[in-house]
Amino acid sequence: MAPSTDRLVVSAASILRLAPHIVFRFDEVRQRWTMLAPERLLLPDEQAVEILQLVDGKTSAGAIIDALAGRYTQAPRELIARDVTAMLQDLADKGCLTSDSSD
Amino acid sequence: MTRPTDPPLALLAELTHRCPLRCPYCSNPVALERAAGELREEEWRRVLGEAAALGVLQVHFSGGEPMARRDLLALIASASDHGLYSNLITSGALGGEREISAFAAAGLKHVQLSFQDFAPANSDRIAGLAGAHARKTSFAAAVRAAGLPLTVNMVVHRQNLGGVPEMIDMALALGARRLEIAHVQYYAWALTNRAALLPNRQQLDEATRVVAAARDRLKGVLAIDYVVPDYHGVRPKSCMNGWGRQFLNVTPSGKAVPCHAAESLPGIVFPSVRDGNLADIWYRSDAFNRFRGTDWMAEPCRSCDRREIDWGGCRCQAFLLAGDAGRADPVCALSPDHGVVEAALRQAESALPAFVYRHFS
Repeated sequence: MAPSTDRLVVSAASILRLAPHIVFRFDEVRQRWTMLAPERLLLPDEQAVEILQLVDGKTSAGAIIDALAGRYTQAPRELIARDVTAMLQDLADKGCLTSDSSD
Repeated sequence: MTRPTDPPLALLAELTHRCPLRCPYCSNPVALERAAGELREEEWRRVLGEAAALGVLQVHFSGGEPMARRDLLALIASASDHGLYSNLITSGALGGEREISAFAAAGLKHVQLSFQDFAPANSDRIAGLAGAHARKTSFAAAVRAAGLPLTVNMVVHRQNLGGVPEMIDMALALGARRLEIAHVQYYAWALTNRAALLPNRQQLDEATRVVAAARDRLKGVLAIDYVVPDYHGVRPKSCMNGWGRQFLNVTPSGKAVPCHAAESLPGIVFPSVRDGNLADIWYRSDAFNRFRGTDWMAEPCRSCDRREIDWGGCRCQAFLLAGDAGRADPVCALSPDHGVVEAALRQAESALPAFVYRHFS
């Protein structure tokens, strides 16, 4: 397997999925969602959980933003877009997300 | 002050102290446990089940060299059955493609592979084993061939710190997505060899600068975790994020301890998983409650506004350097014992002593 040398840059067109070896699961002991990664353990908050549940390898980042904008009509779409993109970029930089297309 | 105790996040399963390497900074205790005293496979299986029920999310299989255990594959499979996210911490000196692909099939999620330097000759010299570096390099290829994510772990010190730029290049060439550049922490064998390992301030600052620049340059390509040597700091590290707060370690013979160095503390009876359930040990044992929270603290920690940030630093370091596990960590500039750390730093400027290699006594 060749070393990956390109940074994944998240845009509205990016179709993302969890990287292999990332486990996103509900923990019965703590009664909350957890994301398990190599030597990293994230306890995403409610908003992050909502976003992660839409990261399925089919829905684009733009469509995720649309879905959330539809749910939270009181928040401006640009604000949602900024927050979602920043969160996805952060997770991509941590190696938690991959994209099939290179955009 | 007393809050309910949360369940642990991670279990460090130290399967064995056996290891073909003899690194002079090994974190295993100076009195190594022999194979005859190790927990049996069925005992580890029970521990993994109890850990999952207790709320442990990740298990790190470590040692010694965990691949010295013939039942490692069965233990990885058992961890997967219990829903534990498993990580192998290895020297890469035993086994290769056949073992790694079986581990991946059994559910292993990640491998952390240690190197002693980027340069093969110095790497082998520090490891105390000829040919070790070459074995590690092919082991890294086997990890990537099995499709597992790889973290390269580089332990750095006075005798290899100048090679940080080449270490970063090496990690990229090996296909790692994470690189851990960890300064030696001075416990166990490393404390014995401290004068041969502790870098001076100038060496440290140069390495820190290189790491910061590489982090920017390689954002999203290679994540670099950097563990600084606390002796050069002003405030102590938040050791284990606090005693008995998130981590639990089980030694080869089955002692449950809050960290891998805690066995060195006198006057504490660490419970054995052979005698009790992990949940009882975590929540109710005297050993795990001894330094939990902040009630145990004396000054200057007790009134410090960082007491719930660094949790008084490291209990083992307080014992090793100040003779009392209940005192402030002497690396803290506010500690009345800070002079011992300053004296150790002066040694970093002196002539280089020979290594005392790790060995069974």
